[in-house]
Amino acid sequence: MNNMNTFFATLRAKIEQGQRITDAEALQLFEADDLLAIGDLADLANRKKNGTRVFFNVNRHINYTNVCVNHCRFCAFCKDGSDPGAYTYNLSQVLEKAAAASAAGATELHMVGGLHPELPFEFYLRLLATIKANNPAIKIKAFTAVEIDYFSRISGLEVEEVIRELMRLGLDSTPGGGAEIFAPEIRQQICPEKISAARWLEVTEKIHAAGLKSNATMLFGHIENYSHRVDHLCKLRALQDRSGGFQAFIPLAFQTQNSNIKVEHGPDGIDCLKTLAISRIYLDNFQHIKAYWVMLGLKISQVALHFGVNDLDGTVVEEKIGHDAGADSPQALGKEEIIRQIRSAGRTPVERDTLYQDLQVY
Amino acid sequence: MPMEEMTQSASALDAIQVALAQGIPLTREQALYLYHEAPLLTLGRMAAARRVALHPEGEVSFVVDRNVNYTNICSCQCRFCAFYRDISDPQGYVLSTDEICAKVEELVECGGTQLLMQGGIHPELSLSWFEELFTHLRQRFPSVQIHSLSPAEVVHLAAHAGLGLRECIQRLQAAGLESIPGGGAEVLVDAVRSHISPNKIGWRKWAEVMEVAHSLGMKTTATLMFGCGETPEQLIEHLLRVREIQARSGGFTAFISWSYQPDNTELGREIRAGATGTDYLRVVALSRLVLDNIPNIQASWVTQGARMAQVALRFGANDMGGTMLEENVVAAAGVSFRMSQAEIIHLIRSAGFTPVRRTTGYQVLERY
Repeated sequence: MNNMNTFFATLRAKIEQGQRITDAEALQLFEADDLLAIGDLADLANRKKNGTRVFFNVNRHINYTNVCVNHCRFCAFCKDGSDPGAYTYNLSQVLEKAAAASAAGATELHMVGGLHPELPFEFYLRLLATIKANNPAIKIKAFTAVEIDYFSRISGLEVEEVIRELMRLGLDSTPGGGAEIFAPEIRQQICPEKISAARWLEVTEKIHAAGLKSNATMLFGHIENYSHRVDHLCKLRALQDRSGGFQAFIPLAFQTQNSNIKVEHGPDGIDCLKTLAISRIYLDNFQHIKAYWVMLGLKISQVALHFGVNDLDGTVVEEKIGHDAGADSPQALGKEEIIRQIRSAGRTPVERDTLYQDLQVY
Repeated sequence: MPMEEMTQSASALDAIQVALAQGIPLTREQALYLYHEAPLLTLGRMAAARRVALHPEGEVSFVVDRNVNYTNICSCQCRFCAFYRDISDPQGYVLSTDEICAKVEELVECGGTQLLMQGGIHPELSLSWFEELFTHLRQRFPSVQIHSLSPAEVVHLAAHAGLGLRECIQRLQAAGLESIPGGGAEVLVDAVRSHISPNKIGWRKWAEVMEVAHSLGMKTTATLMFGCGETPEQLIEHLLRVREIQARSGGFTAFISWSYQPDNTELGREIRAGATGTDYLRVVALSRLVLDNIPNIQASWVTQGARMAQVALRFGANDMGGTMLEENVVAAAGVSFRMSQAEIIHLIRSAGFTPVRRTTGYQVLERY
């Protein structure tokens, strides 16, 4: 007990003095039982960075296809082209959704999809150009490092060229998906066909080098252990030291339904809060920790605002990936409801754009 | 915060900590202070410490039970309720004795020990209907405790039979009713009740049923439905009234709070949004701190979901309630979480506690 008190006091002093915690300390936090003490440290770290402000944005997800050549075992979304549930939106369908989003006041489109075996790179360029032409004000956050690597392979272009082309036609930032868990022994089991961790980090570094911001995710609560999580955080912190291009870190709670990874229980409430909190404490060079309510549930996400989280994501509208995996959260949240949730936690709601510029403080 | 205010708040919190450590019940002002001012995690830590003091063994209990809603026909027509139907409504139902027995049989097959039978206030079901039913259930399923009805139903049955409360409860008890759940308490402040449930018994009647039941040796629980438009003062008033009843009669085994679920209800047109996660944890923690004379605080996974219920175990709760083989009332308001016994055991264990299956009266049946 005394040892733990000393441990927490040491970490508190480090946070107050702006020093980073070590991998061993992060591991010890994961293994610690005192959820509220971990929460206090995370809250301290968050308040030092962000005060009482909590961000959200008004966005819309467009999952343009669920056809994917990878068959990640945790994924309940992907289909083969011949599967009955397979779909791919055509350009006009995407435009329709983008127009509806614009009309509803969305400032961002979050666009990710499967690695489609037949669509050419030009399709994605046309997608960007057409959306931008019709909705000049909306920011497009699209294509994970996994997709960008895939575009490079299908087009024969270097990754740098792919990014340059995407940016030229309207890409504003990239999401942080596809990171999953970096540790090879876990990655091989949960997503054997997906690009390696080294490649994900390499592509992401190139995205940052091109001047684009991205996010980073971590899929947790399946077959990985705490050391794998710390290893994941460690690689992200190191890349951020080099590139500075990450905006938010987003831990994603594994959803057990319709998944081929057979674990009995997904991450529980305490694990979710702990993981968010430790991410905040460890990733001292990330400005934002986001609670993705689609996968965590809205109540836990709101409680997480006291556990180091300063971003409640967006209004979302039509999310498919988490819901196919059994997420029981609503499909969309009204802006008023997000504002109410943030206020109820005693924090100040700030609507942001894709690049974390204030749009309005509520 | 200016230094002076910070010092003040630190000293107010210190005074509360001292009171708690000395076992002095919190005052209304202290409870209100905690509600408004205490940081969430501070409140949680204080409640968790109280929980450890009251339950040093580090166990979290649950009961294997089933809700049987014998009828949805209800003359109360509470504005927060999505379950009730009018007697003339084609969707109205009353379960037959055979249907009820079939449900209890399933419960017994799952090793269940508690039958939570509640309905609407059906204008025509009589005391003797329940006496016959309970007598039959007790004979056929002796391993199941009949933990049923609620004060509003009991009051209706007494009036319908032209009996006093004591005689009515005595007859139900003789027929096999062993304990009464604390439903229908909502908020025990008539100014709130007249708005959300104008046809339901007032808070004094609720208290009277509980005190009479306790005096007859029956145990009961007490509940709170918050987030239905009550003020913080009214919420605290509720807690204090429950504490006062308990001080007189001592029969409450547990306190259970849940948040109003607005979907599909009339009140939902006024109050569209339910209580948030932090609201819930504050109420759980506060109830642990204020209700020093009630042994158990239940987490409500049925209304809050498994993740939140587990987190509530770190905010003062020490019981996960029932496994609820069947639940209809909350589901009617658009929320349906399901949990198996195995999941409940897993959640308790991964929260760092020993899972314990219990009886309705909180006797340990099995440790896991």
